[in-house]
Amino acid sequence: MMSSLIAIIITSAVFNNVILGQFLGVCAFLGVSKAISTAWGMGLAVIFVMVLANAITFFVQLLLVKAGVAYLQTLAFILVIAALVQMVEIMLKKTSPGLYQALGIYLPLITTNCAVLGIALLAIKKNYGFVESIVYSFATAAGFTLAIVIFAGIREQMRFSKIPDAMQGFPIALITTGIMALAFMGFAGFKLPF
Amino acid sequence: MQLDYIKKELHRGVVTENPIFRIVLGMCPTLATTTNATNALGMGLSVIAVLTCSNAAISLLRNVIPNKVRIPAFIIVIATFVTVVDLLIAAFAPTLYEALGIFIPLIVVNCIILGRAEAFAAKNPVYPSLVDGFVMGVGFTVSLLLIGVIREYLGAGTLFGYAITPFKHEFILMSLAPGAFITLGLVLAGINHLQRSNDK
Repeated sequence: MMSSLIAIIITSAVFNNVILGQFLGVCAFLGVSKAISTAWGMGLAVIFVMVLANAITFFVQLLLVKAGVAYLQTLAFILVIAALVQMVEIMLKKTSPGLYQALGIYLPLITTNCAVLGIALLAIKKNYGFVESIVYSFATAAGFTLAIVIFAGIREQMRFSKIPDAMQGFPIALITTGIMALAFMGFAGFKLPF
Repeated sequence: MQLDYIKKELHRGVVTENPIFRIVLGMCPTLATTTNATNALGMGLSVIAVLTCSNAAISLLRNVIPNKVRIPAFIIVIATFVTVVDLLIAAFAPTLYEALGIFIPLIVVNCIILGRAEAFAAKNPVYPSLVDGFVMGVGFTVSLLLIGVIREYLGAGTLFGYAITPFKHEFILMSLAPGAFITLGLVLAGINHLQRSNDK
């Protein structure tokens, strides 16, 4: 049990990173990675929302299957996630205005962050139990945070380099991400000892 | 007249307001489903279907939906059409369904679709909204197809699964994740460059 959980953590955080391997949440990744501090904020927000979303959708799926309407999965999940993000936004506004200021416009974007819905759907597809699903979502979101913080660090340094006009903005960001993905692919060569 | 209108709209969807290359929305499916041209085309067609239907439906409902709950209402309309497309592909194109995986249900959260609903369909009559959805979908498909063709040709040396060069060459990196990011980055840079030299 324990070793399979550790395998889930390492695989989903590093080997099969949510951005660099699965292409989920790329919009948020490119949008909120101009400074390390906001990247941290976004990463933490995603961890929070993703774990909560997976915990709730696990039971929503049980209900849907019991009611015999499993085909409503997409519809039900996206509504649950949208409501959840709204709640997190209200809570954040009350409890930590500083973080709210920094993430303000990006929090609603988490609703359309395909990583949150995608991981909820994947956890169901992989037939994970409740604990596995929580661990899986946490590790994936931690992988998101890892990637976005590293990327923000690179981007901060990139301000000092001379980039060709046509490459500025998205093109150079995408190519940098590609090279990061290449580096992360190196991990795939490791074999877990269990 | 009618034809001129559609032509003008197509030019807008594919060139001046291309959702991928100009507005840079909907990156995830662009990167994930373009390992080969066939998948790219399948994804593009699914998006055309959902975008056209959802734009038309939202435009029909635009006077009924209260302004405050419009986003959740839009999401429900979009999710309904996505579910329809999802079930249709599962039934009639199982191999494509396998290849696209969760990226079919994820059309729900594709920024382009909600973006067009909010920016266009919510404010315009049915026919223009339908055309807008269609041309934006075509713009999306053309972009995906371009990336898919480049990646499949460089990665596997084939196009739509057929070998087109007499000798075999494979550059597997292009089929893998890094190839997706690098190809899209270079294509965007190329388009930026063309745009700049056009402006001069």
